[in-house]
Amino acid sequence: MIEQTAIETPSVYTDSTDELLIDIRDLRKSFGKNAVLKGFNLQLHSRENLVIIGRSGSGKSVLLKCIVRLERPDSGLLNVLGRDVPSLNQTEMDLLRADVGFLFQGSALYDSMTVRENLEFPLRRHPEKLRDIDIEQLVLEALDSVGLVYAVDLMPEELSGGMKKRVALARTIILRPKIILYDEPSSGLDPITAKEIIKLILDIQEKYNTASLIITHDMDFARIIANRMVILVDGINYAEGSYAALNNSDDPKIKAFFK
Amino acid sequence: MNRVLTFFNETGLITQFAARYFRELVKRPFEFKELLRQCYLLGNKSLFLVVVTGFIMGIVLTLQTRPTMIEFGAEAYMPSMIGIAVVREIGPMITALICAGKIGSGIGAELGSMRVTEQIDAMEVSGINPFKYLVVTRITAMTLMLPLLVIASDTISLFGSFLIENMKGDVSWTLYFSKVFEVLEFGDLIPSIIKSFFFGFAIGLVGCYKGYYSKKGTAGVGKAANSAVVLSSLLLFVFDFVAVLITDIFYEL
Ligand SMILES: Nc1ncnc2c1ncn2[C@@H]1O[C@H](COP(=O)(O)OP(=O)(O)OP(=O)(O)O)[C@@H](O)[C@H]1O
Ligand SMILES: [Mg+2]
Repeated sequence: MIEQTAIETPSVYTDSTDELLIDIRDLRKSFGKNAVLKGFNLQLHSRENLVIIGRSGSGKSVLLKCIVRLERPDSGLLNVLGRDVPSLNQTEMDLLRADVGFLFQGSALYDSMTVRENLEFPLRRHPEKLRDIDIEQLVLEALDSVGLVYAVDLMPEELSGGMKKRVALARTIILRPKIILYDEPSSGLDPITAKEIIKLILDIQEKYNTASLIITHDMDFARIIANRMVILVDGINYAEGSYAALNNSDDPKIKAFFK
Repeated sequence: MNRVLTFFNETGLITQFAARYFRELVKRPFEFKELLRQCYLLGNKSLFLVVVTGFIMGIVLTLQTRPTMIEFGAEAYMPSMIGIAVVREIGPMITALICAGKIGSGIGAELGSMRVTEQIDAMEVSGINPFKYLVVTRITAMTLMLPLLVIASDTISLFGSFLIENMKGDVSWTLYFSKVFEVLEFGDLIPSIIKSFFFGFAIGLVGCYKGYYSKKGTAGVGKAANSAVVLSSLLLFVFDFVAVLITDIFYEL
């Protein structure tokens, strides 16, 4: 299930059957004097699991936020599903966002709503995705994918951290996105629950045929899930390749991640 | 110097926030269901407090002014005086201050924690405009509900005052309220209601502004709630001052 292709530079990765879903070139983003992204490049293809690693504060979350326009980049090309993100108007952006799921670092469940209402919430604005589909059906199906049907009427505060992550995942997949962005899906979880989340991510990918961009600190996680990895250092895509290829690298900056 | 700059900066930002509120208020889609829910929640949350304080205010005011009025032999004017004081000033101001404390801080903390835990971002990425869904509904609900709360508070204050007058001065229900309505005109009621709309708007606006732009971290949420109360109370007095100046011009005419 996990194929590993050794790639040294981004331009080499061109499998003609795979569509280019995200194309980021020379992306720059600063907060005042703090330059976070300084010319970042990244390509995500369909059916790919791309893992991004980088130190805390290196700008991984900022990168994901740029992709869904929660942050606006200062310059650079940012193309998602063939659309130029910075130039879209609000309506076009909302349509695009329906195809790009986002799993937040802290789950970000709406704490004044039950699990059911949390899952129904994104459906409210996307009637085009619903046509004749029964909402209840959709909610239960999404919860079933993460094994939490029994929690449908609970409040977020009644859930454990791992359950919250799974509910957040269910809320993300309910719109059947083509791409899912995961911001540290295993952080704060014990190794067993983390494994469960990995399995879920792989299951979901199989079931809905999504491409994933995954941020993680957990190298075991990366080894199992990554088709390809990008190392974010000093605001650029410092190195790229399969887990095995990067693991064998002699560069001290890369080695630091693999201990 | 720095504080003066911060003050003007903050004023500018809040004005911008208010302008955005009006722009988004008239834009589709409308969040009617959420607006109704907020009206119910905000009204329900503060009704009890408003009614209790209103009742006590009525009693206290009557007990304290009564001896002086009797000394002047102006006992008969008690209902009229209390009526005017409560409707024109005390009712709106006390209600608004209580709501600033109770609801302003609540909104600040709620939106602040939603900002900190990325719930606002999550709304945005699921294609729901968080400003419309969270901010527009809350400011509108507060603007609509405060006048109703003020009317409730006025009524209960007068009732409290009547109880004292009835016990101490043997004034009957009909006599008391006919005296009150003898002096109270629409000229008292209307400005006070209009003023209350502005008070409600100020409380909602400041609470939402502070929460929506809350700094990250738990400390940020606490600060948002706290400064929402301080700033909106201050703003209430400024609005009250302006309102009195304006109504005074009308009374002169
Ligand atoms: N809204 C913001 N305003 C100012 N600075 C910000 C903002 N968001 C992020 N930053 C800064 O950008 C840098 C990168 O932050 P980011 O959250 O992307 O880190 P990260 O790589 O996701 O780290 P972690 O692994 O800890 O989540 C940090 O230095 C942070 O201070
Ligand atoms: Mg992060």
